[in-house]
Amino acid sequence: MAMAIRVFLLLLLFLSSTNIGYSLFEDQVGLMDWHQQYIGKVKHALFHTQKTGRKRVLVSTEENVVASLDLRHGEIFWRHVLGTDDVVDGLDIALGKYVITLSSDGSILRAWNLPDGQMVWETSLQGSKQSKSILYIPKNLKADKDDLILVFGKGCLYAVSGIDGEVLWRKDFAGESIEVSRIIQSTDKIYVAGFVGSSKFYVYGLNADTGELLKNDHTILPCDTFGELLSVSGDKFVVLDKMRSKILTINIKNGEISYKQKPISDLIKDSSGQAVILPSRLPELFALRIDSHLLTIKVTNEDDLVLVDKINNAAVVSDALSISEGQHAFAFIQHEGSNIHLFVKDINDRNGELLKESIIIDHQRGNIERIFINNYVRTDRSYGFRALMVMEDHSLLLIQQGEIVWSREDGLASVVDVTTSELPVEKEGVSVAKVEQNLFEWLKGHVLKLKGTLMIASPEDVVAIQALRLRSSEKSKMTRDHNGFRKLLIVLTRARKVFALHTGDGRIVWSILLHTLRKTEVCEHPVGLNIYQWQVPHHHALDENPSIVVVGRCGPGLAAPAVLSFIDAYTGKELNSLRLAHTIAQVIPLPYTDSTEQRLHLIIDIDQHAYLYPRTPEAIDILQHEFSNVYWYSVEADNGVVRGHALKSNCIHKMDEYCFDFRDLWSIVFPFESEKIIATVTRKSKEVVHTQAKVMTDYDVMYKYVSNNILFVANAAPKAMGEIGTATPEEAWLVIYIIDTVTGRILHRMTHHGCQGPVRAVFSENWVVYHYFNLRAHRYEMSVIEVYDQSRADNKDVWKFVLGKHNLTSPMSSYYRPEVTTKSQSYFFTHSVKAIDVTLTSKGITSKQLLIGTIGDQVLALDKRFLDPRRTLNPSQAEKEEGIIPLTDSLPIVSQSYITHSLKVEGLRGIVTVPAKLESTSLVFAYGVDLFFTQIAPSRTYDSLTEDFSNALLLLTIVALVAAIFVTWVLSERKDLQEKWK
Amino acid sequence: MGVLFFRWVLVLTLLLTCALGFQSDELLLDDEEFGIEGGRSSSFQSDSLPPSTAATSTSRKRFSESASDSKIQFTLQHAFGDSDFSDAGNFSARLKTWSHGGQTLTKLRFKRDPLTDVEQKNFQELLRGDDFYRIRLPSNVLSPPGREYIISSVKSRCLPGDGLEEHFVIHMEGVNVLAVNYGAPGACPYPRQLKLPAKWSFKSHTVLKNSEQAPRAPIFAEDALGGEEGDGEVLKPIERSFWAKYWMYLIPLGLIVMNAVTQAMNMPEEQPGGQPGAPAQQQPGSAVQRGPSSGAVRRR
Repeated sequence: MAMAIRVFLLLLLFLSSTNIGYSLFEDQVGLMDWHQQYIGKVKHALFHTQKTGRKRVLVSTEENVVASLDLRHGEIFWRHVLGTDDVVDGLDIALGKYVITLSSDGSILRAWNLPDGQMVWETSLQGSKQSKSILYIPKNLKADKDDLILVFGKGCLYAVSGIDGEVLWRKDFAGESIEVSRIIQSTDKIYVAGFVGSSKFYVYGLNADTGELLKNDHTILPCDTFGELLSVSGDKFVVLDKMRSKILTINIKNGEISYKQKPISDLIKDSSGQAVILPSRLPELFALRIDSHLLTIKVTNEDDLVLVDKINNAAVVSDALSISEGQHAFAFIQHEGSNIHLFVKDINDRNGELLKESIIIDHQRGNIERIFINNYVRTDRSYGFRALMVMEDHSLLLIQQGEIVWSREDGLASVVDVTTSELPVEKEGVSVAKVEQNLFEWLKGHVLKLKGTLMIASPEDVVAIQALRLRSSEKSKMTRDHNGFRKLLIVLTRARKVFALHTGDGRIVWSILLHTLRKTEVCEHPVGLNIYQWQVPHHHALDENPSIVVVGRCGPGLAAPAVLSFIDAYTGKELNSLRLAHTIAQVIPLPYTDSTEQRLHLIIDIDQHAYLYPRTPEAIDILQHEFSNVYWYSVEADNGVVRGHALKSNCIHKMDEYCFDFRDLWSIVFPFESEKIIATVTRKSKEVVHTQAKVMTDYDVMYKYVSNNILFVANAAPKAMGEIGTATPEEAWLVIYIIDTVTGRILHRMTHHGCQGPVRAVFSENWVVYHYFNLRAHRYEMSVIEVYDQSRADNKDVWKFVLGKHNLTSPMSSYYRPEVTTKSQSYFFTHSVKAIDVTLTSKGITSKQLLIGTIGDQVLALDKRFLDPRRTLNPSQAEKEEGIIPLTDSLPIVSQSYITHSLKVEGLRGIVTVPAKLESTSLVFAYGVDLFFTQIAPSRTYDSLTEDFSNALLLLTIVALVAAIFVTWVLSERKDLQEKWK
Repeated sequence: MGVLFFRWVLVLTLLLTCALGFQSDELLLDDEEFGIEGGRSSSFQSDSLPPSTAATSTSRKRFSESASDSKIQFTLQHAFGDSDFSDAGNFSARLKTWSHGGQTLTKLRFKRDPLTDVEQKNFQELLRGDDFYRIRLPSNVLSPPGREYIISSVKSRCLPGDGLEEHFVIHMEGVNVLAVNYGAPGACPYPRQLKLPAKWSFKSHTVLKNSEQAPRAPIFAEDALGGEEGDGEVLKPIERSFWAKYWMYLIPLGLIVMNAVTQAMNMPEEQPGGQPGAPAQQQPGSAVQRGPSSGAVRRR
């Protein structure tokens, strides 16, 4: 045992010595990396401003985040990112100190401590039926001195103690087939109201202490209903009838159900549109939207409906806010061009306008989608109001006194796709000297650095040095740099807004809400799909701007009409937008550009046509020239088929010269009963491979099989598609394929028995690394497959090279019969993996690191050498020199090699790598709810001086040396002279 | 004996097929398990039938209903460019049912139908346009065409060699055909030249492939690394050689030695230049004495 420990320690020592190059010193944090925290689009917001302490707003978002924000600055006090399936349905405050959240379809109830966000308790609520989930925290309702929280979820009503989350009682409604839509409380009774079907209205009265059923009544309404049941006050409900022409008022006083109906035309004349009851909670009142009008309608004690107010062009209405005893206010918004009018009105008073403000909001934020209001007491003792607004681009604004107090770009929490763009070339006239403020500052900075290097800096100096390094303006300049570190990251978010982020400091350079992808009648559910580089000028880099294209669709299905939008990458202006006549199933950037360096793209629609973009005669010429060399593939994951295609001819039935028919060249059909496609990965088209050959330890040469047309497919057994643990090892397997996408040849095929997905994979050069779960070993595994070309394997003899008898320069063709050999090996890996990528460098010389997004939302850099299939238990001396690491059964996780160091990229979804111009360095961008960017050098920065290299010290040393030479020369001369005179 | 007979049958079939103008090449599945079983030749004997008799245009026929072994056939269809598919040949194989219920194909053999005149013409057209020659197979050999046909294609100019040469690699999963790698048996250099085949018959090579087992992750028992030797082996890389350890001392030492050597070499040379004898003898004396003497030498 002691021996094992010793071995382990030695191994650790060895590994730490190999990894020391990647770790980061504490003072290097933030030099090249930045981290931004977001929360996503806000769904619920609760203000907490009663106490004299910190004023905060509690929010839950569509990214499943529960957070507490500072009301003064919008910063995050605390934040919890729940799992992707853990959707927050309800948010409330209980006991004045706990934040209660209901999530996962009403099955998990959690209490968080309000000041610091610590979780106080968590209760799992089991139920059998899918149903709507409702969180209701009654005021002053106690059962045995416990404050009750009422939760309806999974077909059951639960009363949960607010103090410790204990379930006090439970009433099952699963057998009653009732769709519960409201919970109401009256003194010590609880009423549960809901529908069976759409016209049978049920009310159950329950004892609040015990959950005992006291009463049960139902009535059949005279007509079917439409939409949600809205509770107006303690015992009154309103609902629309199916024709949306009448309003039904239901009263359940003392458990007796009575209803009245009133046509909408009695309330408002000459209305023609469809009426909708807004879900805003207003006491004694409800809001009805019809045409462009908003009606506030009061429900009297006699269940009569009285029109209180009619507001034109109101966009959004807030919930009611109680400002004082018996006085309630609500807010609504009117849009007028780029101006926004915010009104706060007293609920009962038609003319009681409490606040009217107009604010100018950047039109790139779009319309207001949600509004939450809060009141405060002004210095003159009157009531002031602040409003929290959720915009169309998912950003969050706080408005007070007609001004935007703070704003958060929370659209960036839902990045869909990322591309990069170079910055403008530095032109004449843009002086570099502007950056270095003046000579004195420059000198001072260098003296400070020098002090730091010589370790004579005082603590204050150290702080000053750190500050100096962090705000080095060099890295955030808006021009291209020599090393290629400065770039624009162009991201498309789920809100269909495009942002350009500067890699230096992560600031937003420009943003644009795509006009063509706004929600309109033509385009009801717009989705942003992908973002591609459209034009990358190299020859005209000085006078032409690069542009990108955003591909979108007007709906979730493939058949929805498609939209293209072209954006200038420097200015963020929309250059052009197209509503396509065809659909988009696949976009293929072709490896050809026209004379203006626009990249040719083929768009495949669902009716088996290919369309060429840009639509210019020149593009047609280029394509005609390469017509027979265009191949692509499509994966039908549900169907279990992979197909290869090639262009055939111009469309026969369409008079469009940019439309082409294509044919299927090959197909691979996976048997349904044994395999299902779960992951496909290809090589990155821009990857550069430097060395074609790999020299083995015995001076043997292996040629890498490097092809751009290569696809990795991972299939799982149909029984093992679910969560880990649902299948036994006998019924789980994973089949791995490496496929040539031009001819459809299967180059390699391999089965992992007893393994299952999820599979995350990355393909680079001639190797693929993938991650999966091994059910037999109860651990995650990572495997590597390296593919080598045997057809060039005989080119080893020097004489062959001398006499030119080698076949290395002959063109490669996919129609050759592939002679490949593969080497593979599997290793255990401790973590489950959310995303995986590999570093990219500009020439492909630098060794590679795998970037693994771990379950802890961090990014781990793992050297590819650990995933070498040639690792052996006892590498020979020659193998050790080559850098082969002794074989271990699991991959090491060294805490220094986390490139995110102490930070977390919450909700990590993807990692993107971009090569810098400097060969040693790769830029890494990780996105999820948070964004993180850094530079990494897998083999350390061998081709440049480090950031903190002191030029002043070098100069000083040279000067000192020169001076010393002179001094010693003079001294020796003098001595010589003296000696001569002796 | 069995082996001999097996060879004889093989030669006979080869001769037979050659005589008919086909070169059907049978490649047996390189199945280790099968080899170990040992009953290969005898079982082959019992239900081997000359392929020519089996050649029918029907998609499949079962010849023997034995529980463990049966013979099946499935057709290859081909198309020239975008034409419709038509029958082009027959695959026949033995279906082996394993005791655990799995079924695999073994002993695949292929017989191509001769190209008709129309097909030859079509093929010539194809060669001129360098268009695709496409083939397809059923995705399930027991109930063709199964879910869908497996399509594969090749640029027609890759096929002509001496005759027409083709190479099939059929990837199987039980009785399902996953994919077929179809193409020329060797190279097909680009740009493809137009070359008409000398004779219009196919020389076919067929291979059946099943999935391989992935290598397992190495699992080390606790004592695998624990022994004394293991310890020593891990220690070794840390122990550096003498040179690696002390180079920083050795280099200056070497320099000093070299310096001393050159000085020693120089001294005898200088002596003839200077006053012979006298300074050399004076040197062991005090430095004060040396100064004037050297001065005297220079003044001279």
